[in-house]
Amino acid sequence: MIEYQNIFTQVQARGHAHDGVPFSHGTWVRSEKPFFNYWAGKFGNAQIGPFYLGFLGLASIVTGGLAIFIIGMNYLASVNWNPILFVRNLFWLSLDPPSPKYGLSWPPLNDGGWYMIASTFLLMSVLLWWGRTYVRARALGMGTHVAWAFASAIWLFLVLGLFRPILMGSWSEGVPYGIFSHLDWTAAFSIRYGNLFYNPFHALSIAFLYGSTLLFAMHAATILAVTRYGGDREIEQITDRGTASERAALFWRWTMGFNATMESIHRWAWWFAVLTTLTGGIGILLTGTAVDNWYLWAVKHGVAPSYSTQWAPVIDPAQAAGGMR
Amino acid sequence: MKTHVLKKTLAFAGAAALAVLLAGCEAPPQESTQNGPAGTGMVQVKSPEREAAKRTSVVIPEAQPEADAGGQKASEVYQNVKVLGHLSEGQFIRVMAAVSEWLYPEQGCAGCHNLENLAEDSVYTKVVARRMFQMTQTINSKWAPHVGETGVTCYTCHRGAPVPANIWFKAPESDTPPYMGAKNGQNAPVKSVAYSTLPNEPFSALLVQKGAIRVQGTTAIPPRGDRMESGLPIQDAEATYGLMIHMSESLGVNCGFCHNTRAFGSWQESPPQRVTAWHGIQLVRDLNTTYLEPLQPVYPANRLGEAGDAPKAYCATCHAGQNKPLNGVSMFKDYKVELSPAKAN
Repeated sequence: MIEYQNIFTQVQARGHAHDGVPFSHGTWVRSEKPFFNYWAGKFGNAQIGPFYLGFLGLASIVTGGLAIFIIGMNYLASVNWNPILFVRNLFWLSLDPPSPKYGLSWPPLNDGGWYMIASTFLLMSVLLWWGRTYVRARALGMGTHVAWAFASAIWLFLVLGLFRPILMGSWSEGVPYGIFSHLDWTAAFSIRYGNLFYNPFHALSIAFLYGSTLLFAMHAATILAVTRYGGDREIEQITDRGTASERAALFWRWTMGFNATMESIHRWAWWFAVLTTLTGGIGILLTGTAVDNWYLWAVKHGVAPSYSTQWAPVIDPAQAAGGMR
Repeated sequence: MKTHVLKKTLAFAGAAALAVLLAGCEAPPQESTQNGPAGTGMVQVKSPEREAAKRTSVVIPEAQPEADAGGQKASEVYQNVKVLGHLSEGQFIRVMAAVSEWLYPEQGCAGCHNLENLAEDSVYTKVVARRMFQMTQTINSKWAPHVGETGVTCYTCHRGAPVPANIWFKAPESDTPPYMGAKNGQNAPVKSVAYSTLPNEPFSALLVQKGAIRVQGTTAIPPRGDRMESGLPIQDAEATYGLMIHMSESLGVNCGFCHNTRAFGSWQESPPQRVTAWHGIQLVRDLNTTYLEPLQPVYPANRLGEAGDAPKAYCATCHAGQNKPLNGVSMFKDYKVELSPAKAN
């Protein structure tokens, strides 16, 4: 007996391969015949394709590929073209932004120039892919919710790599392209600007991020729990509320006194996700430009608590008389 | 039936993965000591087992028998005694015996002296040793804010070896490949900064040159004018971060030992240990620039770094994983006369 009672999809509904809705816009036609893959069916729909590449898709893949190629070649060069070291040190390898001394001028190739070229291609790739999500949605007569959610992520990306470096007057403020290096950069960034935890927009971003995971877990669990009553047809249940919807709603009213609807839960989820990067981007944009030390900013505005210490007051020895050596 | 097998397989795989993940951990129990206000995370977490191993690995040599302070001065009895000439003959012989035990337990006097003529300077280690005596005297007389009453002896760093275990050299320049792949002196897994991607060798800039360690803005709002002037660039913050990781590893403590991590730069928020550490940084800069780097021409090539520079000191050189070197034992108290400068006596 097949049941919706496991952590992975057990049911694979398969008919004839579906070519999609009738479609008249655009000069590019769908390519490749659809086919089925059993393992893809474990995670999602077993049908693969048809694909739509289009100008935006092709240009995005080419520019994105170039960015990754430049980053990868720099990685390889940094380990003297040794493929074994490339794999072993992969997490440490990085393509770094220019040195601070170049400001907003174009740096030498091997001191940030490659970083600038890779960034330009990466930016083009991301924007082209955004255009693709917008245009494809329109072509299908859909709303453009996906494109605008993606735009929120791109906002944060643009703030980090473009808007903030320009406002700060130096490309050196960009984020390095590396696995550990961007994490160490993040920690150094917070340290340099006096602790990002005192940045209220950072706090908002975290609240929406954690809120997103909570909402995602609550919603997914609710729907899985009522699929046995047809709850997985959630959109239909917005207008034709069946027993699955009634049970799910009552469960939440019982446990927390209030329930989202089959429609509103998706708006909650969309806004929480979108606000994570939207507020995060604002927080990063203000850092260094409007606020130089978030801890001192929090002290100034009475946000940071003060603690009584067990030790005698400590004075900066560089300021203390006779302390300077 | 089929799902039963699958579940068992999954459970087994899960247990195996957990075992692999936990294999990298230190075995409990850990001891935690609060060293700051509650709720600030100022807690030192230590493994009693590892701390005990550090303590037992420290071997403190017995002090040499007391020497007669009277009689002739060393400079009157021996030739070419430039730094320790103010000692009595007995004190001089006593400290020579001690230093041979501290550095050359096997070779003895021959480590630094031509045994045919002890007075001559033909062995380079003798020239180095003379300067090191001056360095030790300086530390013990001028750097009380860092070394306190405990002081230092040759053994603090050398610990039975002619070359201390924890020394450093400049990163070689040739590290940068042409055209592409510049690493900026970082982005490689090295022990000096605990395998992070932070600058691998922040020491030349911060512990030889007096590069700025304070990178944070000192006002809430950036001052008018050039924004990059208000604090320092993130690249400098990474160098400071690298140095701080070295300090933390060298002393076997975490950030909270010297900082309230909510405000790294604030002295008001910091425990007094940070003042001691600040003096330590000034001390190391003084040692590297006044004593260690100038010895470069004296060393043979095999004692120099890849960049041709002299071996240098940093926090680990004395501390070797403990916030109080040598378990906090003062060997200096037995050699106060011998290892203090002439004027102090």
